[in-house]
Amino acid sequence: MGAKQTRSEHDHQDLVEKTGFSVEQIQNLLKRFQQLSGNEETISREHLKSIPALANNPIRMQIIEAFFDKRNQHGNELGSYEEIGFEEFLMVMSHFRPPTLTTTTEEKETMRKEKVRFLFNMHDTDGDGKITLAEYRKVVEELLSKSGTIEQEAAKAIADAAMLEVASTNVPNMGPDDFYEGITFEHFEQILKDLEMESRMHIRFLDVNATKVHCGK
Amino acid sequence: MFSRMAPHSRTGFARSVPELGLLLLTILVLLEGSVLRLGAASSPATQSHGAADCPKPVETHHNKTKKAFPVLSFEYDHVKMPFEISLWVLLASLMKLGFHLIPRLSNIVPESCLLIVVGLLVGCLIKLAREDVPPVLDSQFFFLCLLPPIILDAGYFLPIRPFMENLGTILMFAVVGTLWNAFFVGGLLFALCQIPQAGLDIGLLPCLLFGSIISAVDPVAVLAVFEEIHINELLHILVFGESLLNDAVTLVLYNLFEEFSEVGSVTVLDGILGVISFFIVALGGVLFGAIYGFLAAFTSRFTSHTRVIEPLFVFVYSYMAYLSAEMFHLSGIMALIACGAVTRPYIEANISHKSHTTIKYFLKMWSSVSETLIFIFLGVATVEGPHRWNWIFVTATVILCLVARVIGVGGLTYVINKFRIVKLTTKDQFIIAYGGLRGAIAFSLGFLLNKSFEMREIFLTAIITVIFFTVFVQGMTIKPLVELLAVKKKQEAKRSINEEIHTQFLDHLLTGIEDICGHYGHHHWKDKLNRFNKKYVKKFLIAGERSKEPQLIAFYHKMEMKQAIQLVESGGGSKLPSAMPSTVSMQNIQPKHQPAPPKPTERALPQLPKSREEEIRKILRTNLQRTRQRLHSYNRHTLVADPDENAFKDLILKKQKMIELDRKIKEMTMYLTVPAPHQGSPTMSRARLASGRNTDFIPAQQQKGNKKSSDPQAYNIKPASDAMPIIQVDLASPQSPDSVNLLDEIGKADRGEEQGLIMKPPPGLSGSDQHGEKEKDDWRDQQKLMRCLSDPGPGAEEDEDEPFLP
Repeated sequence: MGAKQTRSEHDHQDLVEKTGFSVEQIQNLLKRFQQLSGNEETISREHLKSIPALANNPIRMQIIEAFFDKRNQHGNELGSYEEIGFEEFLMVMSHFRPPTLTTTTEEKETMRKEKVRFLFNMHDTDGDGKITLAEYRKVVEELLSKSGTIEQEAAKAIADAAMLEVASTNVPNMGPDDFYEGITFEHFEQILKDLEMESRMHIRFLDVNATKVHCGK
Repeated sequence: MFSRMAPHSRTGFARSVPELGLLLLTILVLLEGSVLRLGAASSPATQSHGAADCPKPVETHHNKTKKAFPVLSFEYDHVKMPFEISLWVLLASLMKLGFHLIPRLSNIVPESCLLIVVGLLVGCLIKLAREDVPPVLDSQFFFLCLLPPIILDAGYFLPIRPFMENLGTILMFAVVGTLWNAFFVGGLLFALCQIPQAGLDIGLLPCLLFGSIISAVDPVAVLAVFEEIHINELLHILVFGESLLNDAVTLVLYNLFEEFSEVGSVTVLDGILGVISFFIVALGGVLFGAIYGFLAAFTSRFTSHTRVIEPLFVFVYSYMAYLSAEMFHLSGIMALIACGAVTRPYIEANISHKSHTTIKYFLKMWSSVSETLIFIFLGVATVEGPHRWNWIFVTATVILCLVARVIGVGGLTYVINKFRIVKLTTKDQFIIAYGGLRGAIAFSLGFLLNKSFEMREIFLTAIITVIFFTVFVQGMTIKPLVELLAVKKKQEAKRSINEEIHTQFLDHLLTGIEDICGHYGHHHWKDKLNRFNKKYVKKFLIAGERSKEPQLIAFYHKMEMKQAIQLVESGGGSKLPSAMPSTVSMQNIQPKHQPAPPKPTERALPQLPKSREEEIRKILRTNLQRTRQRLHSYNRHTLVADPDENAFKDLILKKQKMIELDRKIKEMTMYLTVPAPHQGSPTMSRARLASGRNTDFIPAQQQKGNKKSSDPQAYNIKPASDAMPIIQVDLASPQSPDSVNLLDEIGKADRGEEQGLIMKPPPGLSGSDQHGEKEKDDWRDQQKLMRCLSDPGPGAEEDEDEPFLP
């Protein structure tokens, strides 16, 4: 019992350094992970799909995919996992940490890049480093998917207009025969630079040990 | 404009323009004074008339001599009241004009200061003319007429998102901060009064009363000053939100202390009752506002046949909310804010574009005039008095107010930052503290004090001094300080479709992550509220199809319309002012090869050369102007009986049919392989154009027939030679990617929207290449016209997302 505990604490120490969470936060998240996985070591897509609260989310599948995407693990691999362990779970969650008062400007910049990169990966489903028109259309369609009226044409129009805007702002002088392949990461950053991702893309992670976690299954 | 003109014109003229402005000001001020003097002169006359009335009739009976019929007579009394009011309003508006003629001055000194100075001048003039100055800043008048427009304007255009996100912080500052201020100032002043050398003898309760009056940050002053410095949204909403929400606290404290300062003591029970009263006042106000807001939204659901009075509902319901709240001594300000904020999303979905513009402009107009009047009256009331100057009291008040504010903000931020994710930095704190301006509300509250209250004069003097100090000193120096401290300024960026998409995406993403994490956070509840809103509330309050429209599509339509309006307004000949000069068009982003089931070979439509584009635009413009002239005259009644409205209803039915037809047509092999003849070929164009096209709506069948003809270019607008520039006004094409406008129209048609077609600028006009199956839609795209009926409002580009700009 004691040995097990020290070992898990040791692991947690590694995770603290890797992800930047505090020990309490990691413990809370571990509890949640175990809840989701049914006390197994790994979770698969089905586990996440079965969360009832997610059912109403229009981009549910993208979110779930993001957990299994290898690109979000701060490595250089491509592709996706079938199942992920706690460490991978935590790595994905770490993208949503907020900046603190002590975060320096460079750190904020790195944070922002990370978060934007995460978003980019969610859109760029085939992993070629560009968001093509088809992928962008898919994004818009998904966003509108839960709104009742599935206006295919509307989604297409919006995606086209948005793409046009990106192209116009980033590559203003294209000849009539040039083809804008897709939104690269730099262009993507450019779109989002006014949204201040480092301050907006975060959730509150509980520090206190008493988690009010309902059986979210 | 004048400042730019001045250097170029002759020196004599250049010198005279600002002088002209000053001359204008002085003339007005003199006029004002003299008229009021006249008013004063005549009123004693009437009084004497009244007194002499009784004996008079007896006399007239005896000597009924024939008087000459008065050809021209002067009687001022019966127009006195409205005349004076109008004169004041006129003075205020002309002042506003005048200040902008003297640009250097308005850069250094905020408008509010200038207005107070003008008020001072006018007050002095009036005082010279007669012995006393009429009480212009009558508290009744202020609270019932001058304040509501400003607050309604603020509430209606309140940026809900940042407000809600920072609600906790705002409430902390508003409630706890104001309480702290009140007790600190009141308590220390009392301590000061204990010192015998001070020569003041004010009890504890009156001191606390004074503290509660002087502690509230004033929304009018904050608005006036902050509008000109353009700081970032967060700080703006914090200070402004605080100034709005502290009304409840001020009310309760004021009533509490006024009530009991007569009696002389306050018990603990009273304190507890005060706390309860606070909750009732605040929540009651919000409840009243919300109820009236929902009523207004519900009413607007049925206004599709009487568009003319739509704006009236917004104004009247909101004012009623204010008055009802005041009736019960609840917080009228919070009622107004709640009403405006609640009603806006639903009403905007229901009312016509013109009504929307009307509401916007009326609100801005009224609030602007109100604000101006308030500051002028402050100046006048300063001259009027009554004053009793006490050096110690006044200086102590000013210093204590400043100190209290700084300590309060600092302490509260320390606590708040523990709960905030985006912490408030020291710079932020400084601006928040420095932005705590006092204004006319404090003065009015002081004025309301019972006249027999002995301290009233001292209090009024001190209040005015603090107001002057904050507005002048702090108001003037905040702008350079903001520059000096390099505080983040407001983002001027327009909301783009990309930002909207990603903001929504982010919302859903964060909600999803929260759900995965398992705790019900901020996003979870927001999402739940949104879904509830969409499912029940919207259906109930929004008429017709619009209730189902997802936000993204609504936003997109709004943007398109704005673009089209811009294009029309800029004459159609020049590029959109906001668009970046780029040559990117739709064809650049559409992948050239689309893997798909049997499709005809794609043919690139040759892109229209620039000159053609210009011609097209010119033709469109002239045609648009012609269309405008053909609009029915503006009779109040015909305004609503728009023939287009019925046509739109038919259109919905036709749309369904057309979608079906289009789908079938897609499968058919098309004309695309026929090489286009020379664009300028007059015969061809005339032939096409002459085929009975007019500006009426063409039923689906006929259009289908048109589509089948061979030449894709036939459907470009051919301004060609001197072919009659009849533009085929076409409503069809729901299939084209650019045609979501129609969905918009269909949707809006349900609401009886008086809009014609939306002209699709660059993508369509540049003759850009579309895909094979969409080519047949090209011609329709290019021929859509925007019947943007008359006034979209000159500031149409001005976003409602920027409510704090006048």
